[in-house]
Amino acid sequence: MVLVYSDNKNLTIEILSKGSELAREIGEKLITVIIGKNDEKLADEYISYGSDEVYIVENEIEFFKSEEFSEILEKIIKETSNNYILIGSNKNGKELASRLAGKIDAGCIIDCSNIYLKDKKVTAERTVYSGNAIAIEQFNSTPGILTVSSKVFDPLKKDEKRKGNIVKKKYDIEETSSKIIKVKEMQSESVNVEDAEIIVSCGRGFKNKEDIKFANNLADTLKGKTIGCSRPIAADLKWLSEDHWIGLSGHKVKPKLYIAAGISGQIQHIAGMRDSGIIVAINKDPEALIFKSADYGIVGDLYEVLPKLATALKNKIG
Amino acid sequence: MIMNIIVCAKDVVDASEMKIDTSTNKPIIEGIPRKISDIDKNAIEEAIRIKEKHNGKITVITVGQPDSKERIKELLAMGADEGILIPYPEKYDYHIVSKLLTEAIKKINEYDIIICGEASTDLFSGQMGPKIAGLLNIPQITYAFNLNVENDKIIGERNMGENSVTTESTYPVLVTVTKEINEPRLPSLMEILGSANKPIHEWKADSLLTETNTKVDTIDIKGVSMERKNIIFEDSIDDSVSKLVDSLAKDGVLG
Ligand SMILES: Cc1cc2nc3c(=O)[nH]c(=O)nc-3n(C[C@H](O)[C@H](O)[C@H](O)COP(=O)(O)OP(=O)(O)OC[C@H]3O[C@@H](n4cnc5c(N)ncnc54)[C@H](O)[C@@H]3O)c2cc1C
Ligand SMILES: Nc1ncnc2c1ncn2[C@@H]1O[C@H](COP(=O)(O)O)[C@@H](O)[C@H]1O
Repeated sequence: MVLVYSDNKNLTIEILSKGSELAREIGEKLITVIIGKNDEKLADEYISYGSDEVYIVENEIEFFKSEEFSEILEKIIKETSNNYILIGSNKNGKELASRLAGKIDAGCIIDCSNIYLKDKKVTAERTVYSGNAIAIEQFNSTPGILTVSSKVFDPLKKDEKRKGNIVKKKYDIEETSSKIIKVKEMQSESVNVEDAEIIVSCGRGFKNKEDIKFANNLADTLKGKTIGCSRPIAADLKWLSEDHWIGLSGHKVKPKLYIAAGISGQIQHIAGMRDSGIIVAINKDPEALIFKSADYGIVGDLYEVLPKLATALKNKIG
Repeated sequence: MIMNIIVCAKDVVDASEMKIDTSTNKPIIEGIPRKISDIDKNAIEEAIRIKEKHNGKITVITVGQPDSKERIKELLAMGADEGILIPYPEKYDYHIVSKLLTEAIKKINEYDIIICGEASTDLFSGQMGPKIAGLLNIPQITYAFNLNVENDKIIGERNMGENSVTTESTYPVLVTVTKEINEPRLPSLMEILGSANKPIHEWKADSLLTETNTKVDTIDIKGVSMERKNIIFEDSIDDSVSKLVDSLAKDGVLG
């Protein structure tokens, strides 16, 4: 069987499309797992997006926790003799998949960018060496666990007439000696850098939080309206929310124009924007690495360049 | 309470120095400088800070190259007490390496906290830590950007993307740390010299694990090169800006 799980609904629906293709090719059933509330409406939705069966595991666990969730999945996998487990690759999903791999002694491939059968074996591609290469990995045994990020696969067309079973499950879960004591939602600005056509991105070259306005002004002129940033701006300084964070550990973007201001161009940043159309770098250090990854560069102080660039662009495009 | 801390540190190629062989379209790995994976230095730094507060012992384990001892020395100079190098067996994958690390941890036997990086800089999976926690069946505190180590419990603040999650656990526990948790120290010359007598043991893979079969094989690896125009405007800022705007308009990316 092929099993799909993510705590994120959209991600589950995207993965179902690859899951159902895989299930068909290896002649198995596709099961989706819901952990938490008894949500039959959600189960129906997963069926209409390609699932053959949906297991609803009702429990009282308030927040996602790998220790308990991996135990639930382990029990289902043992019951149903699952061959492949597809898990959504957000941070919860990655730690869940990896822990589960340890528990059930399975191979595990994190962050697959493609999945297919090759020589009848499940094969996956993933980015390695910070974007310098793609590794092609193949399972030589089952069960196998794969995690997939958002926007890798398109969902199937919703088919409300699709039929499937909903199975209610309850499991006794061993109590673990760790507990979640606080969950704080990170401030988010609901920015979607992944779909942006033009991105103005800020790095440590900005001296204060308020100065991000220079990037904002430029983005407004460009009607791109999307601001990105390097990891320290989001993770260390928290001047911008996580949804702006671009790079290996942040969002992968491919706008037609990417303007990097005050970003040094470390490979982990490049990994997130290397598929951009045109890359512009503004940096006061002529030796900055970013110029090696740029189409156009201006060596100069961003505090001088950004306002001038905004004015010049306004004159050009009105 | 005395804390026995184990840090898993990986010896990686420096991906920023990597080139693609254009004739074969493969990344060139041979001859590229190696280093301890960046975030594993944050892991060591955090271990040292815990030790400074509680006393104890820091053991570093690396499943690595025959000459990885050269890199482990740096971690001993920073403040780790002892190193263990397990040279890679002939065939390995995450399954084999996680089992080797787990068997080595079991052999060490006394441990309160195992620390890994949130992810390695070459493969960037974030898999090894939670996998070891699963194998040992101990709790895990992942993506910690702040740790509070007390006698009977550890509290970690975790960057989970949309949420910041605070998790508490008893010992033993496996922790993975982010880059933001601390600033790794640079060892002084004295510390580098002083660490020369600290032991680095070599444990053979087959002495820890009889299993040799991988579960996932890398069947191919393709280089991804990036070609860019690399035009740098070095005139006055006004001239550079106007040339840039003209170029962008010509490229049709302003619409
Ligand atoms: C495992 C791992 C994952 C990572 N993931 C990511 C990731 O997803 N995204 C990411 O971005 N980073 C990531 N990093 C961090 C990355 O290695 C760099 O540390 C980071 O990208 C540096 O950010 P920066 O360029 O903003 O800052 P810095 O490297 O400090 O660069 C600042 C730049 O600004 C320039 N500057 C300063 N003042 C001015 C001025 N007035 N005008 C113009 N230029 C100026 C400087 O010359 C310098 O080049 C990761 C690191 C690791 C180890
Ligand atoms: N070969 C290895 N030897 C020691 N530790 C490792 C090894 N591989 C991975 N790790 C640890 O696991 C973390 C995550 O690695 P990864 O799962 O490859 O992203 C690293 O930051 C290290 O702490």
